[in-house]
Amino acid sequence: MLKTNRLKKDRITARSKPILGQLILEDGTSFEGLKIGSDINSIGEVCFNTSMTGYQEIITDPSYAGQIINFTFPHIGNVGTNFEDNESSISYAKGIIINCDISDPSNFRSIQHLDKWLKKKGIPGLCNIDTRSITNRIRSKGAPKGGIVKKLINKRHEKKFLSEVKKWQGLNNLDLAIEVTRKKIQKFKSKSKSKLNIVAIDYGMKQNILNCLLELNINVIVVPANTTSDEILEYNPNGIFLSNGPGDPKATGKYAIPTIKDLIHQKIPIFGICLGHQLISLALGAKTKKMFQGHRGANHPVQNLENNKVEITSQNHGFVVTENSIPKNVKITHKSLFDGSVEGIEHKNKKIFAVQYHPEASPGPHDSQYLFQKFKRMINSNA
Amino acid sequence: MPKRNDIKSILVVGAGPIIIGQACEFDYSGTQACKALREEGYRVILINSNPATIMTDPDTADAVYIEPITPEIVTKIIAKEKPDVMLPTMGGQTALNIAIALSNNGTLKKYNVELIGANLKAIKKAEERERFYKAMIKIGLECPRAEIARNFKDAKKALKKIGLPVIVRPSFTLGGTGGGIATTEKQFDEIANSGLYSSPISEILIEESVAGWKEYEMEVVRDRNDNCIIICSIENIDPMGIHTGDSITIAPALTLTDKEFQIMRNASIACLREIGVETGGSNVQFAVNPKNGRLVIIEMNPRVSRSSALASKATGFPIAKIAAKLAVGYTLDELRNEITKVTPASFEPTIDYVVTKIPRFTFEKFQLTQPLLSSSMKSVGEVMAIGRSFPESLQKAMRSLEIGLDGLDEVKTNINNKKLNKKNIISELNKPLADRLLLIAQALRFGISVKDIYNASKVDKWFIEQIKRIVDKEIELKSKGLPKKPEEILKIKALGFSDKKISQLCGLSEDRIFDLRKKNKIFPDFKRIDTCAAEFKSMTPYMYSTYSKNYLNGDTCESNPSNKKKVIILGSGPNRIGQGVEFDYCCCHASFALKELKYETIMINCNPETVSTDPDTSDRLYFEPLAEENVYDIILKEKTKGKLLGVIVQFGGQTPLKLASFLNKMRIPILGTSKDSIDAAEDREKFKKISEDLNLLQPANGIAFSEKQAFAVIDKIGFPAVIRPSYVLGGRAMEIVHNKDELKKYFKEAVIVSGDSPVLIDHYLKDSIEVDVDAVSDGKKVIIAGIMEHIEEAGIHSGDSTCTLPPYSLSEKIIKDIEKQTKKLAIALDVKGLLNIQFAIQNNNIFLLEVNPRSSRTVPFVAKATGNPVVKIALNVAMGKKLNKRDFKESKKEYISIKEPVFPFKRFPNVDTILGPEMKSTGEVMAIDKSFEAAFIKCQLASSNPLPKKGNLFVSVKNSDKPKIVPIVRSFQKLGFKIKATHGTASYLMDQGISVNKINKVSQGSPHIVEDLLDEKIDILINTTEGRKSINDSFSVRRTALMKSLPYFLTISGARAAINSIKELRNNDLDVNPITSFH
Repeated sequence: MLKTNRLKKDRITARSKPILGQLILEDGTSFEGLKIGSDINSIGEVCFNTSMTGYQEIITDPSYAGQIINFTFPHIGNVGTNFEDNESSISYAKGIIINCDISDPSNFRSIQHLDKWLKKKGIPGLCNIDTRSITNRIRSKGAPKGGIVKKLINKRHEKKFLSEVKKWQGLNNLDLAIEVTRKKIQKFKSKSKSKLNIVAIDYGMKQNILNCLLELNINVIVVPANTTSDEILEYNPNGIFLSNGPGDPKATGKYAIPTIKDLIHQKIPIFGICLGHQLISLALGAKTKKMFQGHRGANHPVQNLENNKVEITSQNHGFVVTENSIPKNVKITHKSLFDGSVEGIEHKNKKIFAVQYHPEASPGPHDSQYLFQKFKRMINSNA
Repeated sequence: MPKRNDIKSILVVGAGPIIIGQACEFDYSGTQACKALREEGYRVILINSNPATIMTDPDTADAVYIEPITPEIVTKIIAKEKPDVMLPTMGGQTALNIAIALSNNGTLKKYNVELIGANLKAIKKAEERERFYKAMIKIGLECPRAEIARNFKDAKKALKKIGLPVIVRPSFTLGGTGGGIATTEKQFDEIANSGLYSSPISEILIEESVAGWKEYEMEVVRDRNDNCIIICSIENIDPMGIHTGDSITIAPALTLTDKEFQIMRNASIACLREIGVETGGSNVQFAVNPKNGRLVIIEMNPRVSRSSALASKATGFPIAKIAAKLAVGYTLDELRNEITKVTPASFEPTIDYVVTKIPRFTFEKFQLTQPLLSSSMKSVGEVMAIGRSFPESLQKAMRSLEIGLDGLDEVKTNINNKKLNKKNIISELNKPLADRLLLIAQALRFGISVKDIYNASKVDKWFIEQIKRIVDKEIELKSKGLPKKPEEILKIKALGFSDKKISQLCGLSEDRIFDLRKKNKIFPDFKRIDTCAAEFKSMTPYMYSTYSKNYLNGDTCESNPSNKKKVIILGSGPNRIGQGVEFDYCCCHASFALKELKYETIMINCNPETVSTDPDTSDRLYFEPLAEENVYDIILKEKTKGKLLGVIVQFGGQTPLKLASFLNKMRIPILGTSKDSIDAAEDREKFKKISEDLNLLQPANGIAFSEKQAFAVIDKIGFPAVIRPSYVLGGRAMEIVHNKDELKKYFKEAVIVSGDSPVLIDHYLKDSIEVDVDAVSDGKKVIIAGIMEHIEEAGIHSGDSTCTLPPYSLSEKIIKDIEKQTKKLAIALDVKGLLNIQFAIQNNNIFLLEVNPRSSRTVPFVAKATGNPVVKIALNVAMGKKLNKRDFKESKKEYISIKEPVFPFKRFPNVDTILGPEMKSTGEVMAIDKSFEAAFIKCQLASSNPLPKKGNLFVSVKNSDKPKIVPIVRSFQKLGFKIKATHGTASYLMDQGISVNKINKVSQGSPHIVEDLLDEKIDILINTTEGRKSINDSFSVRRTALMKSLPYFLTISGARAAINSIKELRNNDLDVNPITSFH
């Protein structure tokens, strides 16, 4: 059973006088809706997420840095927001687009109305927009750059904003991990005493990954993205974890790959998730590319090639490791049943493995949490 | 893992007749399963006693047995067909129960038949409460505290332990028959008793009541590689305490955070694993305490269910089809979703719309039962609607119900006809009433707060809040009128308001609203059901309408009509008494036949249970209300490309027929019988003239627009008379009146007559034989498809009568005459397609009772009895083909088919089982055999009233029947039955030399007949009665017989059929044969 937070609940309706707003895409298409959340304008890459639950986790997932999230599920905000479901304390998403207006929350854990929460987090958004037609657009033409802005009556202003949108450099070649990573090292002790340590490199790590690692009963030292291998090795880690994160792996790779390459030479088990998976793949000699529309949802079937079992996974990535670039000493362990893309790899001789999807879920199914256990077994057998 | 090659033939068990709790969702799942298995090259053997289904079509399986689904009969089929395996998860509780029975008695072992889909252990673990609860506790799931009781004494003990309130759930019953919530000790005694009766193993579960908690369901699919996926989550708007079949439900769940959702997901999967459902679909139900999120598991069904049909339609994931493939060895990753063509089967559908299901009730037919809901299911059908928001989907669903609602209409009075006001409405909200959402809207109109409404109704505030948006908009429209800006009008439409509703609220005509929409190009978008929220481009030809779009963004409609020649088929809407699965059968066949003619077929329907709303059935499916506005919007869209030849209205019963005038007005061609012909048949005056012109007899009749006029009509035609409102379905409010008092009472209680809705009065033809005829006509040539003779006399609704094909007692001459009259009428009415006529034969005179220029309830029965594709032929005629004699093959004379109705009386306490002109049955069974008797025995078996071979007969008949009963009773006596009779009947029989034991009526004091029934001293009953007092006196006899599931006969003709059949039963063994062998 989930804990209820006993703090005074904020049940005040957030409905005030509606302010018109618009979403302007780089091709000039404009969608008119009502402004929600923060008052600011913002520009980002418009992506969609097809999850039916877990909007709070999604909005606080650092991997969405630089992105405007178009929710395909029409009702968002039904269960309000609470303190436990954040995936990071700061939100890096550039905005959200939703279909219906936000209703008053109804859930025993709800503390705050989504609209108020967005305001507090500084996230702008729009509602009353046909999010399906945006999804259709992304599917057929790829994820566009776009901006959320208070309705611009003046065509000249609209043109000006559009040129700002166009000017924005986009996510390609963008190292966003450095912006969202912790600035300081943080140490977390496991519940029962353990001598073992995992160093987790934070490229934008979700809170629930940390929770899952801590549940292994191993101490976790979380270090910033640009920490060097020497600094990492000073902690005598028994395992190294490479986290998820936003942006182009190649851009982050500039400093991350050399570090990871050094770590590969040690005999320490390494486990990577999402961006971590892409970075370790790059370090092992594989290549990545930007996907046309990305995988973003909580229903992606992935096949474990070891036992042919299907895992329903939570995914959020716009880049992918290309299959034919994978070196001979690395095997593919998981594949997407949607498009056959690489979803997991493992080194044939070393204790290194990684998955493209999110076994920590949050939001999403818990089918793949065995991977954390696998990491623990590797660590134990190595220690 | 690929499919199994070690099996060649599969026995699929159907669900039998449509009853409350087990309806045509099993036609959908069974048909899908058979299709899927045949695709894989297996020989499929099917047993189902329900003739009205697509499932029992001769080409659904390799061998179709329309036989009673009882252990003895299924054993015979197994012995004959030697199937390798049996799939018991597609036929509801009926099929599971058969699987258990055949395992227990060793049949499966004897013939080496393996159960696939779910094995015996899993079925028992899921179905036996005690085992289930133990299993759940083992895997760490909480259950409501509960105790099992197998007798009344233990039940009382259990109650002491758990404390009131409790829920009583009988084991192995469907739709919770006999169960209920007890809040007082007295209630408990009553429910515990009826529960023990209802349970075939006399076992009930007494459970901590979680009434008022939130209720959720998960639809799970598992394969033999232990891959588990959730197809859909469903949230019940109605709190725990109301059977989920009677609840308004929403997909997906809307008030769960991801954390809670995943807990429920994990629990569902753990449950399937622990129960041991190896492959296939299951449904798991949960209750959640809204205050703290405490989750308890309520039950699981290790088979496809009503909810899985709903989930399939709600998501576009064909659960039954996939489950069938998994049962023969495939794993999810090896299968694709054939509907979307782009998504794999191993995939959790995600949806970007909201689905609302609303049950349809039929309390008006069971006046003595209050319209209160409980944990025992009472609804007879359901509708589903899809919208891009909850309000849109809710209002669409309300309109789909076809109960006269245009949305959340106002409710003026409470159940006792008292005017509702701000004060008394709260107490109404407290009751589990069938129309509770309308009451919530009404309470909001009274200005009652969301919180107060929640406290009274326990409907989650989120939903009340959303309903409030509708009500607020309604108030705004009323006070300010329709806004000018098209964007604003679009927003109103996006809340689900129909043109009609807007016109009522703004005081503008509906045409004006439509014109405004047309002028401003405000039309709905049609979006596709693609299982993936548009993540992939899908070809799914399955669509719904929505106004949730951005006005300025131009065309975002996804319907993309084709360039082909196309035909729209209007479906039959929600199942209800009087219009059930038969009409869905007809619509599906119309679609199949059109496909053969190479037309593009477009189906419109809103019933999620059916085969017609399987996206596989037609080329394109619109899941929409069968309302003028919605149908017309689709027509407009489809007309933008290709050639729309017209609309087919004659196969979906009264529902599409009601739209005929509208379509005519909008100049949309109606294919087949024209609107004028439909009118001529339905309009009494016009019809009277036609029959007079043709020299056909009608019972003396008249129309009355007032009570006074009714008396005047009666003066002319005399008592007894059949009286009913015009334009009704299933004999709604139809009664036989014998005297002035009854006539007065009828006007006082049954109808409101007015200028628009007169009553029709016919002289009642006493002791006449009723005959049903189905025929096909092309306007010049007419072919009789089938003539059916009713066993019960005219006056009992034809849908409630047992009938035979061919007629079993009519003379050649009468039959020839009937044929002649039918032909005359069909030509006079210029019928192009099907027509159904009801005649009554009295003293060799043929009276014309009614003509329906459309397909009828009996069409599938006729098709199966004669082996003729009746609908296909009619459809061809409707499309302009001329009839040819060779279209029909002569049916073999040596066989006789019987169709017998089944009734829902057990679910409606205080309701008498006497039949009359108002239809009460929910479904039917069929049997075909060499003799009338053999077929009759099978019908009795199939409708769960097996005839006894020996034992005690109870007789009590009205005076006029006394001479007629003598030979029947004598026959019983000859067969060794002991006779018991009430005093009057006993004396009469004794005078005829029959030895009889006298027994008291209940009113005469103990020991009386009801005590005998309860003590199981009676095996069969014959009871005819008339007059209010006698009927009231004998009510408890019939009711007790019903509750004890004893065969009882309420007509002499029925009793005669019974005794003849019992003779046969003792002499001959029953034979089983596939349906094609009779053709």
